[in-house]
Amino acid sequence: MADYAGRLPVATPESQPYWDGLKEHKLMLPTCDDCGPHFYPRPFCPMPKCFNWDIKWTQASGKGKVHTFVISHQPIPPYNSEDNPPPYVIAVIELEEGPRMMSNLIMDDPYSTTVDMDVEIVFDDVTDEVTLPKFKPV
Amino acid sequence: MDQIRHKVAIVGAAETDDLGQLPHMSRLALHAQAAKNALDDAGISLADVDGLLCAGAIPNEVAEYLGIQPRYIDGTSVGGCSFMIHVRHAVAAIMAGYCDVALVTHGESGRSGVDAPRGGSASSPGGQYEAPFAIGGAPTTFSIPVLRHFHEYGTTKEHLAHIAAATRAWANLNPMAMMGSHRRTPERGGGPITPQDVLNSRMICYPFNLLDCCVVADGGGALVLVSEERAKDYAKDPVYVLGAGEAAAHWMVSQMRDHTTADGYRIAGEAAYKSAGLGPQDIDHCMFYDAFTFTPLMAAEDLGFVPKGEGGPFFAETKTGPNGEVIYKSGPGGDFPMNTNGGGLSYCHTGMYGMFAIIESVRQLRGECGDRQVPDVNVSMAHGPGGMFASAGTLILSNA
Repeated sequence: MADYAGRLPVATPESQPYWDGLKEHKLMLPTCDDCGPHFYPRPFCPMPKCFNWDIKWTQASGKGKVHTFVISHQPIPPYNSEDNPPPYVIAVIELEEGPRMMSNLIMDDPYSTTVDMDVEIVFDDVTDEVTLPKFKPV
Repeated sequence: MDQIRHKVAIVGAAETDDLGQLPHMSRLALHAQAAKNALDDAGISLADVDGLLCAGAIPNEVAEYLGIQPRYIDGTSVGGCSFMIHVRHAVAAIMAGYCDVALVTHGESGRSGVDAPRGGSASSPGGQYEAPFAIGGAPTTFSIPVLRHFHEYGTTKEHLAHIAAATRAWANLNPMAMMGSHRRTPERGGGPITPQDVLNSRMICYPFNLLDCCVVADGGGALVLVSEERAKDYAKDPVYVLGAGEAAAHWMVSQMRDHTTADGYRIAGEAAYKSAGLGPQDIDHCMFYDAFTFTPLMAAEDLGFVPKGEGGPFFAETKTGPNGEVIYKSGPGGDFPMNTNGGGLSYCHTGMYGMFAIIESVRQLRGECGDRQVPDVNVSMAHGPGGMFASAGTLILSNA
């Protein structure tokens, strides 16, 4: 894992709980009592009429649907080796709780992906420090 | 809302001497050469410039490089539509007396990478929430909304392929176009293509094949603007700004509110129409930023030229010309002339293409386009996104 080739995120103080949650294999979403959860993590509710700074972290189910996707044939790390070649799927997942997030789909055949397909989270421990939220078909 | 209509004019517009592969020129040299060419086009001295607007560079960088000290600056740098937004801001600045002669510059070593800063922070939202999923530049992100549009409206790759073929047909009439017949080479190709050629080209990032994607180039362009009162004092016929709009809708494409509608396009378009007192039916010629074939389709829908979801069949409509040739809806001879320079798809795309869309609108309105001149162009729209449908800028320009 030490030689992971892909780009790694670096948390900010505001997003640290999100990345800490993933490391424990939990998808945590910042949540407003009135407006519900949002993505990506911000320390306030990003609904302009609310703009409430009282945010709690809640655990998402990890279930969702493929909102839209592409199949990249580019050799972008980590999809650039003999073991892990392109093509690969980049998808926007609509979580059961509502927010949408970018991810990769783990697919035997990328071209069997469909819009609105049901998926669930896979916690990919790409390094000792970083776990990426990826998804696979249910 | 008609305060800005016809108050300011573009009196100079030009690209760099060449476009394409220019490893001998840096980012700032491209800005400067484009500035020289646009000022020469207008017949204005650099010494008269007192407003400077640029993207992809801090205004101070360009001012220092050129040796000027402008009293009005704008460094709005939100991607390819920055220059439409600069024109809008220059109109306001000239009307307010903040400057008299506004110079808008673009220079980008998008292919050779000579002083081309790349990539953002790994702590930025994009660095945390998109980049780790093997995002590889625009083909993997500008493509994200497309399959949702296909899913909801039945749009197809065949529809999109017609836009590429139509745009190439315009490029074949433009000696400057990288992929046009004039500049075709055995290595790079160029010259006429059919929709089937687009579908047969190498897959880059489904649903985009190679010929759904813009070219990658070095180049630059610039504009010079002055008040309507002074506009007739210069070398060329003025092109008046009738209307303009801008918007910022999101930044990461995953956070786009509705992947089938560009909110920014609608906001910018509505402001442009309102300030011009015009609607889509009044536009004779469109320059719709085409980083990919899907991009102008979204513009045609969100700017009201076709109902939402009907852009695919609209652009796929063809007719047969007098010599049996295929006439594409948006191509030469078609009834929706669009991207008549050959577009980002086949003319030039540096990374922030919007400047070139405006230059072509100006040239069509002046009647300077030779073989590709569209008859009776009196009102032209230049519109583009910045980022992945993230921001938008719209201009409605006229020669009268």
